Amino acid sequence: MLAGPAFAAEPVDGAINMQPAATRIAERVHEFHNVLLVIITAITLLVLALLIWIVIRYNQKANKVSRKFSHNTTIEIVWTVVPALILVGIAGLSFPNLFYQNVTPNLGQIVATSKQLLAEGKSAEHQAFTRNYFPDAAEEGFVNVKIQGNQWNWTYTYPDIVDETGEAVEFVSNGIHKGRASDPTDGLRLLTTDYPMVVPANRYIRFYTAAADVIHSWAVPAFAIKVDAIPGRLNEGWFLVKEPGVYYGQCSELCGVDHAYMPIEVRVVPQAQFDAWAELMKAGDFDGAAASVRQIASAETETKFASN
Amino acid sequence: MPMDEVALDHGHHSHDHKPGFFARWFFSTNHKDIGTLYLIFSLIAGVVGYSLSGLIRWELAEPGIGPMLWIQTTFFGLEGDAAVAAAKHFYNVVITYHGLVMIFFMVMPALIGGFGNWFVPLMIGAPDMAFPRMNNISFWLTVAAFILAVLSMMVPGGSAGNGFGGGWTLYPPLSGSTGHPGPSMDLLILSLHTAGIASILGAINFIVTILNMRAPGMTLHKMPLFAWGMLITAVLLLLALPVLAGALTMLLTDRNFGSQFFVPAGGGDPVMFQHLFWFFGHPEVYIMILPAFGIISHIVSTFSKKPIFGYLGMAYAMVSIGVIGFVVWAHHMYTVGMNVDLKAYFVAATMVIAVPTGIKIFSWIATMWGGSIEFKLPMLWAIGFIFLFTVGGVTGVVLANAGIDHSLHDTYYVVAHFHYVLSLGAVFGLFAGWYYWFEKMFGIKYNSFLGGLHFWLMFVGSNVLFFPQHFLGLQGMPRRYIDYADGFATWHHWSSIGYAITLVATLVFFVSLAVAFIQRRKATVDAHGHGNPWGEGATTLEWTLPSPPPFHQYNELPVVTTKGGH
Repeated sequence: MLAGPAFAAEPVDGAINMQPAATRIAERVHEFHNVLLVIITAITLLVLALLIWIVIRYNQKANKVSRKFSHNTTIEIVWTVVPALILVGIAGLSFPNLFYQNVTPNLGQIVATSKQLLAEGKSAEHQAFTRNYFPDAAEEGFVNVKIQGNQWNWTYTYPDIVDETGEAVEFVSNGIHKGRASDPTDGLRLLTTDYPMVVPANRYIRFYTAAADVIHSWAVPAFAIKVDAIPGRLNEGWFLVKEPGVYYGQCSELCGVDHAYMPIEVRVVPQAQFDAWAELMKAGDFDGAAASVRQIASAETETKFASN
Repeated sequence: MPMDEVALDHGHHSHDHKPGFFARWFFSTNHKDIGTLYLIFSLIAGVVGYSLSGLIRWELAEPGIGPMLWIQTTFFGLEGDAAVAAAKHFYNVVITYHGLVMIFFMVMPALIGGFGNWFVPLMIGAPDMAFPRMNNISFWLTVAAFILAVLSMMVPGGSAGNGFGGGWTLYPPLSGSTGHPGPSMDLLILSLHTAGIASILGAINFIVTILNMRAPGMTLHKMPLFAWGMLITAVLLLLALPVLAGALTMLLTDRNFGSQFFVPAGGGDPVMFQHLFWFFGHPEVYIMILPAFGIISHIVSTFSKKPIFGYLGMAYAMVSIGVIGFVVWAHHMYTVGMNVDLKAYFVAATMVIAVPTGIKIFSWIATMWGGSIEFKLPMLWAIGFIFLFTVGGVTGVVLANAGIDHSLHDTYYVVAHFHYVLSLGAVFGLFAGWYYWFEKMFGIKYNSFLGGLHFWLMFVGSNVLFFPQHFLGLQGMPRRYIDYADGFATWHHWSSIGYAITLVATLVFFVSLAVAFIQRRKATVDAHGHGNPWGEGATTLEWTLPSPPPFHQYNELPVVTTKGGH
């Protein structure tokens, strides 16, 4: 299905954790979740251990006469204050994470900060800065995409990519499987679309979601992104994917009969391949454009690798 | 006047005179009979809600659309794509009514209407509820609401078939006239209005009873924790339900009279509905769990033969859970596009709830610590509750963090979380109370072997059912999907196997009921002549009465002198 450096994220049978992270947002979510997982497992095991100890030590046979205490101020203060401190610690990790993913970055500021750090020779700081911010991509500006949820497909609009008549590139993306007898047998069932969303790798993508009829939700697990598409509202989000690849998501707000049949397929391709795709789209050759991203070029070598 | 006659009757003739069958069960004003009616009602509704979840797990046992399509072709004579569309809609209807029936017609009537009616007056030393006839109308309105809900499944909903398939959260525009134009949604609104009125009347009844009818000497700070749980629950109901009623009424006028509260084209806002809904919906989850908290406290104390550890802390932990429960609602809505500062607030407020919840868990453990514990059936359910509620609680802390919730919102991780706190929390609390008070309510003993089998099958089954759903959610499996990508198959299959185990458990439960009522083994009478099977640890007032208690109890009010009740 997939070879070479082209990255992909899709549900894997029997997996017990999150899909591999494709964005810095997702990496940070994973790091935070891993910490939380340790904390909540420890708390659960503590409670379990105490219960097991009680069963062994304080059953009727082991302890014939019950003690009668019903207060212990010290321990009550401890189990109020310690959990509160743990929660403060969690909040300390949670807020930067939340603000990082929720605030669309100011690209001009990223470029300026990067230049300033380099000019001051603070290479360590610069390295730390570029873990979360991407000055090269920031120089290029945003790639804007409008995502509209419909019953039951997605309309993608690229307002900055216009043909000679001034029309923006816009297309409807349908899942190729509908749960019907006539479904094709190829593709990833319930995930593959006819015309995927295509974005360039290593670029800041700014997207807006809206809906035509009822509420939908645009979600890609590998990006750690989920933004509702709501009639009468325009919600905003951003992401940047480093590795070209295919990433799948599914509508995540109950929207009626075919809620399970409006998948999201994002093909992240190198800039050159994206530009070629955009040209075909501008020319109205949707099928040619979709075919041009069936194989995703490697970012480094521009060699074509087989994809699904 | 009939009232005087009844009073005379009691004064001069039989202490335990009961009206005839029809008058007793259909016009009942007796809190114990109404409690029994509620329990029977919630058993019936529980079977309905549980059968719906069986359809869900049957469908999801394997990838592809299976049983739902079979139902449409076999019973409704549909074929081809029409059958497929009808199957998809039917699935949405099933998940919607599973949630609504379980919440409004199983858990709430059982814990509040059933155990609340039965044991609040007994525990606080009151002869009955403050408003016995209002109690009657609360019950029968609940029945009417349930019938309306069932009817709404059978009338046209959307274009693809009967019933409302928009989820128990009823979000417009899907629940509006564009999403579901048929009368199903209108009937459902009427049903929830009726259930809401029933609950508000019930809540008023509990508040007045608890505040005014406690036995002499029973101050609020000596009141049993179950009564505390019920008092807080009733206050939450009284404050939360009118907000739901408002939202539902706006939805009703949007649908039928051209108002546009939630219609963006007319300046309305669908997200406003979500705010109103969850302002009710979040307290609602505490409404479902606080009575169970109370029950667990009594059981743990009884079988450890120890007083409840940190009684005041336990009571005020519930109060603070109730208060904070009203200011965290938007953590159900992290993905709607809220301002990031607002999200940060809801993250912080939500996590605060973990503190009083932790106090409760640790206080139950401390109550057992140093005890001489009998692991009788109610105690097994209570310990099961404590552990499973902890699991559900800690995943709640994960979900509270908006940054992570952006990944997990509307996935099976959320489904696993709320079933751990409700299906394994509230329901385990419910069964704990059922076995704890079985002898007291019905005057006969339950079958310990079958009850034990019920517990162990249920414990194993519900964990196999719900634990793998955490994995599904982390991998990105969205909720409310009739079908799933093949990468989700294994854990869905395990989840359905878990359901099959709980099905056996449920059958064992009904067999155990039948056995108990056929055998009719007489309830224990202890050395003091009290109907108390649990011995020295059972200190609340209901254990000083015979089992079952007389039709009217406490003709002379008990006087609480010691630290009675806890």
